[in-house]
Amino acid sequence: MKIFIPTPLRAYTGKQDTVEVGGATIHEALGGLTSRYPDLRKHLFTDDGKLRSFVNVYLNDEDIRYLDAKEQTAVSEKDSLSIIPSIAGGC
Amino acid sequence: MSATTLTISGELYETIRRHGERTYPHECCGVLLGRSDDQGNTVESAVEAGNTRTDSAHNRYNIAPQELIRIQRQGRERGLDIVGFYHSHPDHPAQWSKTDFEEAHWIGCSYVITSVEQGTAKVTNSFLLAGTTEEDKRFEDQRVVVGSGVPDAVRC
Ligand SMILES: [Zn+2]
Repeated sequence: MKIFIPTPLRAYTGKQDTVEVGGATIHEALGGLTSRYPDLRKHLFTDDGKLRSFVNVYLNDEDIRYLDAKEQTAVSEKDSLSIIPSIAGGC
Repeated sequence: MSATTLTISGELYETIRRHGERTYPHECCGVLLGRSDDQGNTVESAVEAGNTRTDSAHNRYNIAPQELIRIQRQGRERGLDIVGFYHSHPDHPAQWSKTDFEEAHWIGCSYVITSVEQGTAKVTNSFLLAGTTEEDKRFEDQRVVVGSGVPDAVRC
């Protein structure tokens, strides 16, 4: 499946905006990504392995936090994951 | 190292300022697509986004991730990257706030802020989110160069 990488994290994927990985679940796909690009890990996950609070991961158009099986959700070759840090602020 | 630059056409510059006037007294927000290099970021397109913070739209903004994904896809199809974001400060200076800093996570991107006083756009500043991690990130003042170029504003 394809994983789309946001601009700030391409520093850790050899400038690629799209990475093709295998895996039967979201967890395995993200694991495939971070084992290929280990420097990415700390930008995506906390020390105890949870997704950082400001990092959104979408399976196609759905936030994986709201999927019943969360990271254990099964994926197929045709799916895509988008990693998208949040954008917010104020004054 | 000298300050980096945000390069934007006059038309796009006006587009993002007018957006802040239109949404006043609420904050506007949007995404800047373009290209980046060692000198800074060049804006080729400004895409308006909805502010999801309807509970506190006068002093907060948030762009829905789904909207960002869609904009990122549109950019990719045109060979453009997300290089920054813009929002307005209704009746507040065009300086980043503590909230802006805490909620800024796109390292290498430009955060453009326009002050809108009593409905009129005043100052527009750009801040580069520099550093490498959440721990060492910082905002650096960026020179805004309003130049020519082929403008292309997308309205959603
Ligand atoms: Zn702000």
